[in-house]
Formats: sequence, structure tokens, C-alpha cells
Amino acid sequence: MHIMEGFLPVKHAVGWSIASAPFVMYGLHSVNKRIKENPEQRMLLGVAAAFTFVLSALKMPSVTGSCSHPTGTGLGAILFGPAAMAPIGAVVLLFQALLLAHGGLTTLGANVFSMAIVGPFAVAAIFRMSRMIKLSFGVSIFLAASLGDLLTYITTSAQLALAFPDPAGGFAASFVKFAGVFAITQIPLAISEGVLTVVVMNSLVRFNARELQEMNVTDAREARV
Amino acid sequence: MKRYQDLLLLCAVVALIALPLWLVKRPAPSPDGRQTEIFTGADDKAKNLVGVIAPGYKPWAKPLMEPPSSEVGSLLFALQAALGAGFIGYYLGVASTRARMRRECGKETGC
Repeated sequence: MHIMEGFLPVKHAVGWSIASAPFVMYGLHSVNKRIKENPEQRMLLGVAAAFTFVLSALKMPSVTGSCSHPTGTGLGAILFGPAAMAPIGAVVLLFQALLLAHGGLTTLGANVFSMAIVGPFAVAAIFRMSRMIKLSFGVSIFLAASLGDLLTYITTSAQLALAFPDPAGGFAASFVKFAGVFAITQIPLAISEGVLTVVVMNSLVRFNARELQEMNVTDAREARV
Repeated sequence: MKRYQDLLLLCAVVALIALPLWLVKRPAPSPDGRQTEIFTGADDKAKNLVGVIAPGYKPWAKPLMEPPSSEVGSLLFALQAALGAGFIGYYLGVASTRARMRRECGKETGC
């Protein structure tokens, strides 16, 4: 989902940066407030960031014959709410843009928007809805994390299609082409991301039952696993 | 079953990653004898697609620093993953010890 450095026209690059900035600012503010009120959650926040670091570094082969990577933003979005993931995702993307020439500074705003804003908000919404219709904890986590991953890549496709509409078919034709590159490749990876998020969440629940219940991630029944 | 659930899930991930390696066949070399590359990055493919849709587009910025070779690039990616995995492992170690101490404390009342 990394749009390469310089591969968005200036207007789009500036526009996405302006769109992302308030989310990152608000996210920073909410994370700071939370850590001040609950200093014991600092380590868990580190785990959420670390999970994003690991998963976004793993480039996995897919059935389409190309490689892509998961985003890892689902875990943190479920633990700390979607806003917290905007600054965390921005740090990961900045690291990759500066040191790895993966993504870029001019496209940072657009990449933050897809990976650290749309993805986490989708995860949180899908998780809450799944819990409301009484799906089990594990299934809800899986659905939320994998669909959030997929939506991140669909957002990237839309961003590129907006910037580079097809000369004949316009936005729609271009979107189909970019989604063909990103979204189809991502399907097996999104499943992997969902499964990995479930596994890590399982171990967190096993050892931190009380904390997760206080954070309203699990309810009393599941905390007793 | 519950006990082996995580292990089974991890096996499923390994299968999901390994299957494409086995299913996707390298296409025949192009007429000029060059091997077609497979399993390249989707990000690069999208970059090339921009060139197809808008042939006149010139990227207006360049990365400040590029890893001098793919080896150095993979070093940095490995470092990124190692830092993250190391921290998660450390946390789970601390958390599991803490959970055990709590349990033991619960048995011998008084702490």
C-alpha cells in the first residue's frame, strides 16, 4: 500500500497530508492522555506498535505472483481505539520512507490515511459490530483485522485512481486496474493478518485478563479463559 | 482443542504463505530470452501501472536515501521485524511470569 515517493501529483500529496494531520494530532493527544491516566498501559501500547512494526516488515508472496505485506494496525485499533493508531502508523511509515526508500515523504499523508486511519477505523467499527451481533471474540478479531487490512489496500487503489484516472474509463476504470494489483494480491495476506492478530490477542488475553477487561476489550465471561 | 488452537492457526498462516510459492508457476521467458520476474512487490507494480495509465507523469520527488543494495534493504527490514518481535516476546515473557506469580500468590494467601 506504499505509494512511492513522488508518485502523487503535488495537489493530491498536499491534500492527503492535510487530511491526515488532524487524525495524527488528535491520536497523539489521546495516547498521551491515556498513558498519563493509566501508566501501566504503556507496555501494551508498545506491543501494539511492535506488532505494526513486525507485520508491515513482512513481505509475503501471494497467489497473484506478487508480494505485499500486512499492516498490523488491527491489534492496536482494538486495544486502544482507532485514533491511537494514527501516530503509531505514521512512525512506522516514516521509518520506512526515510531509511528504506519504501513509500515517501511526499506520499506520507496518503499512506498514513490508508494504513493508519481508514484501516484502524474500519477495524474498530467491524469489531464492535461483530460483537453486537454476538459473534465470538476470536471470530470478531479475525473479521475486523483482515477486513481492515483489505480496506487499507482498497483505499490506496482509490487514492491512485483519483490521481491517475484512466484516459478512457476515468476513475472507475483506473480503480479496477489498481485494485487488481493491490486488493486481489492482498486477500490471502489479509487472512494471514487476521489469523496472526487472533493468535497474539489470545496470548494477551491469557496473561492479561484483568487489564483487557478493564480496557473493555473482553467481557467478564471471556476474561476467565 | 483450545490448547492447540494457536498452533493450528500458525500452521494455517505458514500454509497461506507457502501455497502461492508452489501454485504460481514462472511464465515462459519472453522472446528476447529474459526471465520474467515473479513475486515482485505490489507497490512496484502499481508504480509501473502509473506509467501505463499516465505515460507523461514524471515523479517530482526522489527518496532522500536509498539502501545501496537489496541486501542492505533486507537488513533494515529484518531489523524492523526483529525490534518488533523482540519487544512482543519480552512483553509476553513478563506478562506470563506476572500471571504465574499472581496465581501462586492467590494460593498462599497473605500477599
